Amino acid sequence: MAIKTEPFVLNVGPQHPSTHGVFRMRMTLDGEVVVDMEPVFGYLHRSIEKLAEGRTYTQNIPFTDRLDYLASMSNNLAYVLAVEKLAGVPVPERAEYLRVIMAELQRIASHLIGVGAFLNDCGAFMTPILYMMREREKILDLFEMVSGQRLTYNYMRVGGVSQDIPEEFLPALAKFVKVMPGFIDEYDQLLAENEIVLARAKGVGILPKELAINISASGPVLRGSGVKWDIRKADPYSVYDRFEFDIPTGSVGDCYDRYRVKVQEMRQSVRIIKQAMEQLPSGEVLTEVPLRMRPPEGEAYGHIEAPKGELGFYLVSDNSETPYRFHIRASCLINLTALSDMMIGWKVADAIITFGSIDICMGEVDR
Amino acid sequence: MTVALSGKEIASKLQPRFPGSVVESSESSLVVKSESLLDIASFLKTAPDLDFDYLTAITAVDYYAYFEVVYQLTSIEHNHSLVVKTRCYGRDNPVLPSVVSLWRGADFQEREIYDLMGIRFDGHPNMKRIFLWAGFKGYPLRKDFSDGN
Amino acid sequence: MEVEGGSKRYIYSDVELDRAEGEQIEALKARSQEPIPDPDQWLDEEIRRGILLTTVDAVLDWARRSSLWPVTFAPACCAFELIATAASRFDISRFGMEIFRASPRQADLMITAGTLTWKMAPQVKRIYDQMAEPKWVIAMGACAISGGIFTGSYSVVPGYNRIIPVDVYIPGCPPRPEALLYGIRMLHNKIAKRSLLQEGR
Repeated sequence: MAIKTEPFVLNVGPQHPSTHGVFRMRMTLDGEVVVDMEPVFGYLHRSIEKLAEGRTYTQNIPFTDRLDYLASMSNNLAYVLAVEKLAGVPVPERAEYLRVIMAELQRIASHLIGVGAFLNDCGAFMTPILYMMREREKILDLFEMVSGQRLTYNYMRVGGVSQDIPEEFLPALAKFVKVMPGFIDEYDQLLAENEIVLARAKGVGILPKELAINISASGPVLRGSGVKWDIRKADPYSVYDRFEFDIPTGSVGDCYDRYRVKVQEMRQSVRIIKQAMEQLPSGEVLTEVPLRMRPPEGEAYGHIEAPKGELGFYLVSDNSETPYRFHIRASCLINLTALSDMMIGWKVADAIITFGSIDICMGEVDR
Repeated sequence: MTVALSGKEIASKLQPRFPGSVVESSESSLVVKSESLLDIASFLKTAPDLDFDYLTAITAVDYYAYFEVVYQLTSIEHNHSLVVKTRCYGRDNPVLPSVVSLWRGADFQEREIYDLMGIRFDGHPNMKRIFLWAGFKGYPLRKDFSDGN
Repeated sequence: MEVEGGSKRYIYSDVELDRAEGEQIEALKARSQEPIPDPDQWLDEEIRRGILLTTVDAVLDWARRSSLWPVTFAPACCAFELIATAASRFDISRFGMEIFRASPRQADLMITAGTLTWKMAPQVKRIYDQMAEPKWVIAMGACAISGGIFTGSYSVVPGYNRIIPVDVYIPGCPPRPEALLYGIRMLHNKIAKRSLLQEGR
C-alpha cells in the first residue's frame, strides 16, 4: 500500500541560527525533500542608496563599510575606485600597494568566516569556526593598528588611504604571513579529505557552468562552477597586474568545490601579500582632494573582486557635492538567483549547506 | 584588460539590422528605444563576435523627465564590455520589456528596480516587491518620494 | 496602483502571505511612534523607599545573572562582534553565557546586534513575546539605540526601544567586545538589585 503524502510549507524564518543573517525562505517540503523554495528579502534593507544621495562622496565611505560587513576594506576600495574613475583623481603608488595589502588581508578574513560558517552548517559544531576566528583575530589586530577599528574600518579615501601604516605594522604582517600557510595546512589536514565533509558536500547543490554565467554569478560561486573569471586578472585594477598569482577553479560546481576554491584563494592571497610587502615603495599615501569634492558631470562604474564576488558601484554625478545616483552591484544578491534551483530535490539539511556554501552577507543583499 | 567597446561602433553594427532603434550613441554607451530592447539584447547575446553572455548589472536612474535603465554587459569569452541604456517616459506607469529570458541574473535586479523606482518589466515571472513590504506606499528611490520625515 | 505580481507556482499564495505581512508591519509602525520607557525607571524609586533584598532574592539574582542565555539574534554587523565575544579570545563563556539558544522560549536575554528595519520589527516583537519572564534586552550598537548611521531612512526603526523595552544601551559602531562585556556586567549589576516583589511587572 502506497503512503499518501502531502507537501507542506516550512518557514525558515528571518531569525534562524543557520540563515547567516536575516534571510527568510519559504520551503515547500514533501517529507524531507525540498520541492520548492521562495526566498524573501528585505529584513535588513537600510536604504543605503537613498541615504547616500544626501551625503558627500567622502561621507559615503562609512556606508560602504556596512554593506558586506565582513569585507569592509574591499567595499571601501570598490567605492573609492569608482569615485576616482568619475573624478579622475590619481593615486600615489604607496597607497595602491597598501590598498592591495589591506584588500588581500580582508579576503583571508572573509574567507575564514565563510569557510568556518559553512563547516558549522555541515555539522562540525564549533571547532572549525573557533579555530578560524583565532586567525581572524590576528588579522583584526593588524587592521586595528592601521585604522583603529575592528570591523568597519573607513580606511580608504578618494585619492589614497587615510593614513600611513605605523612602524609596528610591517613586522607584525611579516610574522602573520609566515604562520598563516601553516594554519591553512592544519585545517586541510583535518578537513579537506574528511569523510564527513566529503559525504555532506560532494555532489550537493550543483550549479552548472552555463547557469552560473547566465545568472551573473561571480566570485567563488562562479569559479567553483569551472569558469576562470576573476576581475583581478580579467580587468586589473589598482596594481594587481604586477603580482603573480593563480585563480583556483572548481570543476563540478558543488558545495565542496566552492569550499576548496575559498581555501586555495586564501593561499593565493598570502602569496600576493608577500609580493606586495617586498615591492612596497615609500612616498605619500593620499592625494589631496577637496573635502566636499564636486566631480564633473558624468557616470562611472567601478568594480573589484571582493571576497564574495564582483562588487561594483555605479555613480552618476551632476557636478554637486552629493552623488545623483549611487547604485551598488551586490554580488551576494545576484549569486542567490539560482538558489531555488540548487536546492530543489535535496533534503532540508542539504539545502542549508547549499545556502551556506554560497557565503552571503545580508548587508549586501538588502543594502 | 576588459575592453570597453565603443557605443558608436556597436550602433553602426545595429543600424542595418534594427534601423531607427538607436536613439543616441557615444564612446561610452548607447541608448536604444525601449520597444527594440529585447531584440537588440538578443542579438548582442548571440552574435558570434559580440557574445555578451554575462549581464553584469542593471540600474535605473531618475532624471525627472524620464527614467533611464542602464545595462552593463560583459563577454567572458572575448573579455569586452558594453553599456546599453534605454529610457522610459511617463511617471505614472512606466513599463519596459524584461530581459530575464535572456539573462536570468536580471531576475532580482528587475524586481529591485520595480520596488524602488516603480518601473514594471513585462515578461518577468515574478514582478513584485523584493525589499519593501507589500502595501508600502510609493517608490523610495524616485526623486519626488517623501515619507513625511 | 499597487499591482500584485506573484509567480503562481507555489502551493500557497505568496501574494496573500506578503499582503498579510505588510498589513502587520504597517499596523506595528502606526502604534510605535513613541519610544517605550526603559524598565528601570522604577528601580531607583523602590530602592529609595527602602525595600531590602532578602537572602532569597540575593540567591535568585546570583543564579539568574550568572547564567544568562542569549537568543541567537544577529541581524547585522554587530553580530560579528557578538560572535567574536563568544569566540575564544574574549570568551563570553566565563559569564556562563556561551549557550546561545535558538529558541526564544529557552532564552532570557536578547542582545540586539544589528539595525532594526520596519520589516523585521514584527518578528522581533514576536521573539521578545515568546521569551519567558524574567527577560532582559541589551541594545548593542548605535543602530539599536537610535538608528545609528541610518537614521532618517524610510525603512529603519529609530532604535529598538520603539518596539521592545531595553535595559542596557551599549554605544559603538560596532562596540568592541570589551564594551559588550562591560554592558553585560552592567546588566548583571542591575539584576543583582531585583527583588521578588517586582516580579509582577
